[in-house]
Amino acid sequence: MEIRRRVKYEEELDGQFLGTIKRMSGCDEIDRCIQCGTCSSSCPMSVYMDYPPRKIIAMIKNGFKDEALRSFTIWLCPSCYTCQVRCPAQIKITDVMYALKRKAIEERVYPPRFAIPVLDKEMSKIICKNGRNSELWLILKLYLKSRNPLGLLKMAPLGLKLIKTGRMSLKKESIKNKKQLWNLLKALKEGA
Amino acid sequence: MKNGYVYYPGCSLKGNSKHYEESILPVFREIKMPLQELEDWNCCGATAYFSVDDTMAAAICGRNLALAEKLEKDIVAPCAGCFLTLKKSNNFLASGSEKAKKTLDALEKAGCGYGGKVEVKHPLQVLVEEDILEKIKARVTRPLTGLRVACYYGCQLVRPFTDFDDPDYPTSLDRLMAAVGADPVDYSGKTRCCGGSLTGTIEEVGLRLNYILLKEAKRKGADVLVTICPLCQFNLEVLQDKIVRKYKENVTMPILYFSQLLGLALGLSKQDLGFSRSIIGLKPMWEKIGNGGQR
Repeated sequence: MEIRRRVKYEEELDGQFLGTIKRMSGCDEIDRCIQCGTCSSSCPMSVYMDYPPRKIIAMIKNGFKDEALRSFTIWLCPSCYTCQVRCPAQIKITDVMYALKRKAIEERVYPPRFAIPVLDKEMSKIICKNGRNSELWLILKLYLKSRNPLGLLKMAPLGLKLIKTGRMSLKKESIKNKKQLWNLLKALKEGA
Repeated sequence: MKNGYVYYPGCSLKGNSKHYEESILPVFREIKMPLQELEDWNCCGATAYFSVDDTMAAAICGRNLALAEKLEKDIVAPCAGCFLTLKKSNNFLASGSEKAKKTLDALEKAGCGYGGKVEVKHPLQVLVEEDILEKIKARVTRPLTGLRVACYYGCQLVRPFTDFDDPDYPTSLDRLMAAVGADPVDYSGKTRCCGGSLTGTIEEVGLRLNYILLKEAKRKGADVLVTICPLCQFNLEVLQDKIVRKYKENVTMPILYFSQLLGLALGLSKQDLGFSRSIIGLKPMWEKIGNGGQR
């Protein structure tokens, strides 16, 4: 049996983490958490999470950066805002989860080929480039970059149903004034 | 704003949810508030872009808001995801924060400056405004008598920004359905999340979440489930056969857009409301409401 220390000593924690997440999420109330657990009991996904939202908030407060950023919790958050509207301390928990996702992507600490961040990144890229998402192309990208493309075969019955009812398009969608969108993103990068 | 509303479709209503567009536009035409599409709109970025870069996410939404502002119109966004994302970005841009100022500057530089005047609304919100609801009631020619509907709001419409209904137990859709003669069941799953895009990334989890929703609607005796969101509609309908196989339970049920039933009640032709795009058979429903009064 392997014996591992389950608790971190203070010098192993990140004292900056709370401040970083406060700034990134625009939520200043994180340290007002009373650990009541309303978030965890409200969350439709908490039964699948490695740490329920209550623990994630405690981790942020106490500088457990690695644990929070490497958790599956942040990716399982479907952004349904139930926790956020119910939190008695007015913590914008969903926005905090978004900030953790951005930080994890920034520091590249998520499992490679893990479908959820891949979907987020690929969809953002398509929109930046063309201004519009194209459902089919997004699914193809997701399969190529996150799983065995042969799995697409399993999707065939579903695809056929969508084709039959005219709900799948092969067209690559795009806006007319792409230049404006690109200029906007460029101006934002330069201003930052 | 003074010129009324402009319609923001988003990717779904031009893609797998064409029947939402095909029913919402005729309904607004019928009540004499025809909607025009926002010219050259871009995607809202949904939950994806906010997970990658929040200022860019708000900026691309800002472009849409600016386009609507030029027309002096408010936005009507039928997709609950677009509705939330545009509203969230609108709030962000009005927040006065450093990030917001930078984003507004970038919009200005790109030639789509935004003055913060546009309001973002969901069509349900517009349709339950008192005078419009009265107008709808007066125009019902084919009441949906006897049809038991589970009204499903999902998450993004009622949380966290909505001021026209309750975040946990909303009733606007129930009231609208009752106004056209249908019989809304007391559906306790009405704001429980369908998992959104998780059904495409972690299917196991997605199936379970949608099974819970279907099972509860069935238990309450609903004939159909109506939604206001394309992603909810897709998840609940398209995954049904997999759910039935996995949980060995017949939770089969038509999943319709609220606008499809509304159009029917207002006397619009069933051929013009996108019913042919349903994957789940609608025969039991037609039998129940007398084939919608049509052949």
